[in-house]
Amino acid sequence: MNWLKTHKSDVLLIAALLVLGGGLTLFLLATRQAGGTVRVQIDGETVMELPLDQDVRTVLGEGEHTNTLVIENGAAQVVAADCPDQVCVNHGAIQYAGESIVCLPHRLVVTVDGGASNDVDAAVK
Amino acid sequence: MKASKAAQYGLLTALALVLSWLESLLPPLGAPGVKLGLPNLAIVFALYRLGWRDACVISLVRVLLVALLFGNGAALAYSVAGAALSLSLMGLLKRTGTFSSIGVSVAGGVAHNAGQILVAMALLETSRLAWYLPVLWISGTVAGVLIGIVSGELVKRVSDQS
Ligand SMILES: [Zn+2]
Repeated sequence: MNWLKTHKSDVLLIAALLVLGGGLTLFLLATRQAGGTVRVQIDGETVMELPLDQDVRTVLGEGEHTNTLVIENGAAQVVAADCPDQVCVNHGAIQYAGESIVCLPHRLVVTVDGGASNDVDAAVK
Repeated sequence: MKASKAAQYGLLTALALVLSWLESLLPPLGAPGVKLGLPNLAIVFALYRLGWRDACVISLVRVLLVALLFGNGAALAYSVAGAALSLSLMGLLKRTGTFSSIGVSVAGGVAHNAGQILVAMALLETSRLAWYLPVLWISGTVAGVLIGIVSGELVKRVSDQS
């Protein structure tokens, strides 16, 4: 147990970080609420808002900067994109308020907002 | 600058680049900028072998070259932010003298990820990326431990030889 003695502050730091990370996760999980609408932002501007309870398939962006968004069974997902990293496609579906899919190369953010009466942005600003 | 130091400089920059490239081959971990932080291995090693200033230069050169070679412009801003935050924190922790390369590397890894996501949040004008923080936080911690152990061993071995 010599190692533990010489690395006491390292172990404490790692433990503190894990506890903080776990706490952050629990906090986000505990405060999550069902989504109501899907908001699409390009370059920080909202270009589209879609209800999460209506199945739809739409192509976002133009030219060689497109992402195909599908809303199905109350969840939104980017199923195809021509961005180089494909992070948005690999992200999977989102359904809870506050969850988002980001395509950094296309500066696109797809976010789930809360229910109809929920005005999260007004509360934040 | 002594010849051996210049050689180490070049070698570590090359190593950091190779690790960045390797990392870019791995599948994305589900969020923008979520990387294990493999290049930090070279940076932590440089921090202990050459010092803070040289580690900063190597890190900056790596970030710029990666953006040129396989990145895009958007990624550069948060790479720089992540690297700057990470190096500041690692330099500080190392100076306190209470942490080994493991603690230093863990702090650097978490700071790197947190810095990236914070700048991405600012650039994309959305606070919603906060959802990624836990994932980045935990992955940064785990990768930091591994990188800290490996780079600590490397530093020990290299200084045994010279
Ligand atoms: Zn994408």
